[in-house]
Amino acid sequence: MRVLVTGASGMLGRATATALAARGDEVTVLQRRPAGLPLREVLGDVADPDAVGRAARGQDAVVHLAAKVDVTGPWREYLHANVTGTRAVVDACRGAGVGRLVHVSSPSVAHAGAALVGVGAGPADPAAARGAYSRSKALAERLALAADGGPTAVVAVRPHLVWGPGDPQLVGRIVARARTGRLPVVGTGAALVDTTWVDNAADALVAAVEAPVHGEALVVSNGEPRPVGEVIAALCRAAGAPPPRRSVPLPAAWAAGALAEGVWAATGRRDTPPLTRFLAGQLATAHWFDQRRTREALGWAPRVPLDEGFARLARWYAADPSR
Amino acid sequence: MTAAPPRPETDLPGLDPAWSRHVPVTDRTGATHVWHVLDTGPATGTEGAGAGDAAAGTLLCVHGNPTWSYLWRRLLAARPAGWRVIAPDQLGMGWSQRLDRPRTLAERVADLGDLSAALGLTGPVVTVGHDWGGIVSLGWALAHREQLRGVVLANTAVAMPEGDRGPALIRMAHAPGVRSAVTVGTPVFVRATTALSRPPLPPAVRDAFAAPYRTAARRRAVGDFVADIPFAPGHPSRPVQEEIAEGVCGLDVPALLLWGPRDPVFGERYLTDLRGRLPHAALHRFEGASHLLPEDAPQYAEAVADWVTGLGSGVDPSASRPGIHSAHRPLWAALEERAGDPSPAVVEAGGRATGWDVLARRVAELAAGLAAAGVGPGSRVALLVEPSADLTAVVYAVWRAGGVVVVADKGLGLGGMRRALGSAAPAVVVGSRAGLAAARLMRLPGRRIAAGPLPVAARRALRVEATLDELAARGRGAPPPPVADPDADCAVLFTSGATGPAKGVVYTHRQARAQLELVRATYRLTPADRLVAAFAPFALLGPGLGIGTAIPDVDVTAPGSLTAAALADAVAAVDATAVFASPAALRRVVATAGDLTTAQRTALGRVRLLLSAGAPVPAALLRAAGSVLPRAEPHTPYGMTEALPVTDVSLAEVEAAGEGDGVCVGRPLAGVEVSVSPLDDRGRAAGPLTAEPGVLGEVCVRGAHVKDRYDALWLTERAASRDPGWHRTGDVGALDAEGRLWVAGRLPHVVTTAAGPVAPVGVEQRVERLAGVAACAAVGVGPAGTQALVAVVVPSGEARPPGRRAGRLRLAGADLAAAVRAAAGSPVAAVLVTDRLPVDVRHQSKVDRTLVARRAAAHLAGSRRP
Repeated sequence: MRVLVTGASGMLGRATATALAARGDEVTVLQRRPAGLPLREVLGDVADPDAVGRAARGQDAVVHLAAKVDVTGPWREYLHANVTGTRAVVDACRGAGVGRLVHVSSPSVAHAGAALVGVGAGPADPAAARGAYSRSKALAERLALAADGGPTAVVAVRPHLVWGPGDPQLVGRIVARARTGRLPVVGTGAALVDTTWVDNAADALVAAVEAPVHGEALVVSNGEPRPVGEVIAALCRAAGAPPPRRSVPLPAAWAAGALAEGVWAATGRRDTPPLTRFLAGQLATAHWFDQRRTREALGWAPRVPLDEGFARLARWYAADPSR
Repeated sequence: MTAAPPRPETDLPGLDPAWSRHVPVTDRTGATHVWHVLDTGPATGTEGAGAGDAAAGTLLCVHGNPTWSYLWRRLLAARPAGWRVIAPDQLGMGWSQRLDRPRTLAERVADLGDLSAALGLTGPVVTVGHDWGGIVSLGWALAHREQLRGVVLANTAVAMPEGDRGPALIRMAHAPGVRSAVTVGTPVFVRATTALSRPPLPPAVRDAFAAPYRTAARRRAVGDFVADIPFAPGHPSRPVQEEIAEGVCGLDVPALLLWGPRDPVFGERYLTDLRGRLPHAALHRFEGASHLLPEDAPQYAEAVADWVTGLGSGVDPSASRPGIHSAHRPLWAALEERAGDPSPAVVEAGGRATGWDVLARRVAELAAGLAAAGVGPGSRVALLVEPSADLTAVVYAVWRAGGVVVVADKGLGLGGMRRALGSAAPAVVVGSRAGLAAARLMRLPGRRIAAGPLPVAARRALRVEATLDELAARGRGAPPPPVADPDADCAVLFTSGATGPAKGVVYTHRQARAQLELVRATYRLTPADRLVAAFAPFALLGPGLGIGTAIPDVDVTAPGSLTAAALADAVAAVDATAVFASPAALRRVVATAGDLTTAQRTALGRVRLLLSAGAPVPAALLRAAGSVLPRAEPHTPYGMTEALPVTDVSLAEVEAAGEGDGVCVGRPLAGVEVSVSPLDDRGRAAGPLTAEPGVLGEVCVRGAHVKDRYDALWLTERAASRDPGWHRTGDVGALDAEGRLWVAGRLPHVVTTAAGPVAPVGVEQRVERLAGVAACAAVGVGPAGTQALVAVVVPSGEARPPGRRAGRLRLAGADLAAAVRAAAGSPVAAVLVTDRLPVDVRHQSKVDRTLVARRAAAHLAGSRRP
């Protein structure tokens, strides 16, 4: 089968492309810079219809991961990468008669901020989603699912908090801050959160390429919710960094996040602030999901349990002390 | 005729606007009135339309004052297949046409007949009535006997019980000056009615009830309705009311009474009156519910749907009960056989012995005396007497007289006892002085008999009719009463109330006898045995088993107060061979063994059987008991108030069984069957009964000694006896390949993970075996079917730092969390620690997992966003 993977330079995109190739698929990857994978590569902006159209030609399926994932930055950048980019992918699929589109989304598209306790995948809601990333991804998911039913069968998959070796987003930031002693626990650290080991998420996306489900959004996680403080401490331990000792009450963290956002916006800084309100909320409230529909619809189950993931991450850090 | 009456708003909570319509009906005088009705229609898709009958029948639901058909919305929604539900607003009420003059009871009954005729109802009908809608619905029922299939009544009255002047609250509203001000001039009465609800109604529902009564003009019939209540003999509606009340006594159709016991309007005496008129009626008391029963107990709708579905199915649940046709040996047979035997039958604390001959005579005299005082077949006699020879004598005398003993444990507390004993509606209360004082405090119904002599003043104050001695004197020389039917009720006992209000459990003579025989056979008791009953309920078994019994010096509400010396003295008093005790009592006995004298040790050394019952017993405790009772074989029966014993296990068998998923309670006893009803993915015991090993399910029991039914809990009984002949215990467990039963928790405590149901006890046992763990509760958080398993652990030696609230939760450290996860046997989402686990108020021993789960869920949801 011929499959196009957009956004293969990220951790999950790379793992997905590799997994598809490993099972014998003919894989093409599309991103702005070379991904360094031994695969056919089309370089270009995902929002560029020509580049995407070229890459999509002759494909049986597209797995669309390319996105701007961040907590700061101007809205137009999110709009461009996440919404315009998805429209380009959808149009290219329909134009080229690609039979299958797996649109990679995020559980935050349906999260208005309250604790999520064992819930399924609610409808994407751009009005209620918090932050530019979530809002743009909500618009993108709606757009993608609206295209289902023509020549292209579309499914939206929302992996939750994907982590693994070489991940600059979640693991990288936590470990970096822990090493400088600037990582507090927000609230009691007891909020139950779902996370997803990267290879499990990649397996789910591979399964989604073939699964008969379409027109639907599915949250993917390890199905092993843990207290957020425990997850962060385990990640720190795996990296040989000191786990957080201080705890900050949520209101204080919330205020600090608001302050940082204001400062970053006013000064136009492009790096990531230490804390945002979105992050403070994520760290202090439960968000874990009902995985029954996902597993049934995709015929998939995670192969790597959480604790095995922590052990693999520890081996990865131990293999190279410079990490 | 006026313009069409207004209609209810379309957005009232729970009301489907498609049910609502107006129906013009011409009455006998030629006047036409427009009725508002809620109507499901004869078939799906005919809501609010169509005349004629549904396939199975019609439920005709009549509201009272000052409500309207909105009261029945849940019943419309829950209608069973083939049934039509029609709920009219009475004329002048709700959204029906307003009237220019008051309507009398006779007119209201006739009106309802006109309406049913206009709707073309000629097929089977079940009437449903609440409040003053009850008597109107019964009036219709009596006028339509040929099509009447049943009556359902909720918190209503058809008659003022003798000497009664009507509900005080209504009487107050009845006073002329007050009435118009309260009922019509202001919305006080309308609003007060929905304020009676427990728990309080949502504001939107209260507003919906008040909606048709917003102005004084629209409330006129509310006042007229109150005025039409015939409190006094001369009232124009009195003859019709009396006629209906009389007629109800002749109704032989099935009847269902649904009752909210907290009703300040229609109190217990109205229920007693209704039960007297409809003795065959099924009754369910919704503990905690008040006057607006359909609001306070929303599950009433399913109950009514269930009940009408079962009408005419002709299933007799007792038909599949084992042993029903076996020969019966009366409970008091041994007393009669040993009437000439002076050896001790009962030895009380303090050493006073009562011989078999004396006890037999006392029982015979009391039975005849009770019979002379009116205690006969079915009479319920509540007993508030401390364990003693007198208590034993009264119990057997009531049985001999054909009565039913009602026994509630003092451990329920005064409130719990009041609810329990009140629900059984005793005709007679026999009590010690303290017991009778408590009966007065609890405002129990029934005549009073004192267990001992009382000063004249106390006697008058406690309304004592007679003492036991006076009854015995009266019975001396009187003819013995006729022997009770073996299948008549003999006892109402109460469950512990550890998980909700105590439930009344009814036994027949035959079932009680089967229980005695099961105990005798299981423990190979012979007339050569004597027992010490340190567990109060067992004190009553001795005379039935024909063996002597000693009651040790122990406070019945504090079994932990039994010392080794007190036990030894009781053992010596009857030269006991068997000791029946609770685990709490045993713990203290072991702790005080050091105080025993040589003579006491010798007496204890003759005991061959130690039975520990009432709660799960740790093997370590049974082993420790061996130091006090060296020759006794420790046994633990498993059972419950509804079926005891079910299985039995000896200490040796527990040790041989080793570790497993739950507590090994042994094999079912001879003649007792145990099955499980497998759990579905949401933790419901939905599967067909099976005895297949390794299947986790609700434990179900069948045997000749299983309870007859729950008392005044029709709905509970129906749920517990879904499989005819079997009792559902509410425990979960599994049978193993050797036929042993392992109990793993209570059904509501099962954690329903996405990987399947997990029973808590196995997890808890594995975690509690870890060094450094004193106790563990395994609970689920999250929605049923996808719950996360959480272990809440009390570390050994965990002392609460000053200032920290007891029972506070926090995350376990990494090492403890890892150890618990490794031991648990099922994936654990979170490990929390606390300094103590909440226990039930009743036993102070069963962990309140429901409360633990609620606290854990709140903790693990994290902080609220600022």
